[in-house]
Amino acid sequence: MIRRKAEEWFFKILMILAAIIVCGSFFLIVGTIFAKGIPYMNLDMLTKTPGGGFYIGKEGGILNAIIGSLYVAGGATVLGLFISVPVAIFINMYMNGKKFLSDSLRVAFDVLFGIPSIVYGAFGFLIMVYFGFRASLLGGIIAVTLLVIPILVRTLDEVIGTVPQELSDAALSLGATRWEMAKVVLRQIKPGIFTAVLLSFGRAIGDVASVLFTAGFSDNIPTSLHEPAATLPLAIFFQLSSPVEEVQGRGYASALILTIIVLIITVLSEILIKKFSKHKS
Amino acid sequence: MLVLTLASVSLLLVIGIGLYLHSAPIIEKLSWGTLITSSAWKPLKGLFGFYPFIMGTLWVTGIAIIIALPLCLLTALFITEYAQTGIRRILVPFVNLLSGIPPVIFGVWGVLFIIPLIQNHIAPHFVEFSTGYSVLAGGIVLAVMIFPLIVSIIGEVLNTIPQELKDASLSLGATKWETIKKVILRKALPGIVAAVVLAVSRAFGETIAVLMVCGNNAVVPHSVFDAGYPLPALIANNYGEMLSIPLYDSALMFAALLLFIIILLFNIISRVILSRLERKLAS
Repeated sequence: MIRRKAEEWFFKILMILAAIIVCGSFFLIVGTIFAKGIPYMNLDMLTKTPGGGFYIGKEGGILNAIIGSLYVAGGATVLGLFISVPVAIFINMYMNGKKFLSDSLRVAFDVLFGIPSIVYGAFGFLIMVYFGFRASLLGGIIAVTLLVIPILVRTLDEVIGTVPQELSDAALSLGATRWEMAKVVLRQIKPGIFTAVLLSFGRAIGDVASVLFTAGFSDNIPTSLHEPAATLPLAIFFQLSSPVEEVQGRGYASALILTIIVLIITVLSEILIKKFSKHKS
Repeated sequence: MLVLTLASVSLLLVIGIGLYLHSAPIIEKLSWGTLITSSAWKPLKGLFGFYPFIMGTLWVTGIAIIIALPLCLLTALFITEYAQTGIRRILVPFVNLLSGIPPVIFGVWGVLFIIPLIQNHIAPHFVEFSTGYSVLAGGIVLAVMIFPLIVSIIGEVLNTIPQELKDASLSLGATKWETIKKVILRKALPGIVAAVVLAVSRAFGETIAVLMVCGNNAVVPHSVFDAGYPLPALIANNYGEMLSIPLYDSALMFAALLLFIIILLFNIISRVILSRLERKLAS
């Protein structure tokens, strides 16, 4: 009996320790980034583009990368929505009775979700070579769009699944076409769409491997789709690999900026998801 | 809508074909066998052996799974079986927040925290000298990156186990841990396997965080303190210069193809297990 009790306690303590390590690693990471980033943080970082000699420690900021990232992530999310909303509606509303097919489609999107961003980046590069354009904002947006489509489709799919079947049945029985029914459902899931947008934007803004060969890098803010665009994660990566201490420090500050942006996005989407699941029950 | 759906699903096929077509020149010249088993990496002489890179990937992934699996399994068990609702409400959001952190931030953290830790505190106990940039560093950073994935999948699987089963075991006088050991874990085993397979495939493809801490040395690592050079890092590091050396671009596309095939297989396996599990419990 004592042995059993002891075993029980032993594993319970082990579990608590594991939970502390797993959840604590979040604080460790964010804490490290804040501690190293704050001393190098200043307003110039946010409001200026790199000046001459920025990469040897002279003045400037990373506004080019912040704006570039917003363009790439925003463009990819909008483009991705245009593709994934119809797909999610199709899987949920035009395929009833064919459960095997819709389940297979879901598995396919899950698999697409698992494809690493470096493969999307390499593939995006192949597309660019094929159509003969250089690394540019457009190239970056295309590669990142491929990356976020599975996220958007699977999130929207889950959200649409929470809409009560009676609602769509009622619409159909009133003589609505399937498309009109879809519009009713879309109105119902507005907050869900917003959640999907946030998730996709969060993933898009933090990803490096997909934009590495497709978006290029530039010290200027892009003014057209065909100009190369700097992105925040890539700016962090470049600054960190510099031997100059000042530049490395700015890399830490840039990491802090990205962390804050992503945390805000994640917290917002968490709140929305919670609201949505309350609404469901 | 049908067209868009088909188009996005066929992406899987298109990516595969595109990568294959571009890596065909090097496959024709050197054959699959030589490419995978040779460890001579001298692009200038036309020698492309991927063995060191494959081993680098395996080392890093293996270390990550060894660290992450026990921790995540215990955490998931704690969250689903032991924690009161209040504690669960605090723990779960942090797991989600962790999953939102971008790879490059994990990389920065690795450089700032893990590398000095290994260099100054861990390595000196085992080897004479280490810069800290090693497969161990890559493994640790990767492990933290896959925490949320494993915890959430195992957690979901655990939640599908019927309460009656647990109640039956408890009413027979088993302790909670005995119930976990003999009932829950046995029932959840396929789900746990699926979670691990999925985590392995995620770890395989992770690029930038690993690249930043792994040392990137094209030799087969022999200890956890050796530097390694995983496949994704190879692709990411060499894209700029590849155009000037013949066959180099084809070799890098081959690396991407290799990653794609392995990850595709692993993903399909785990997703099929998971969706079968779901269906079995739904019916």
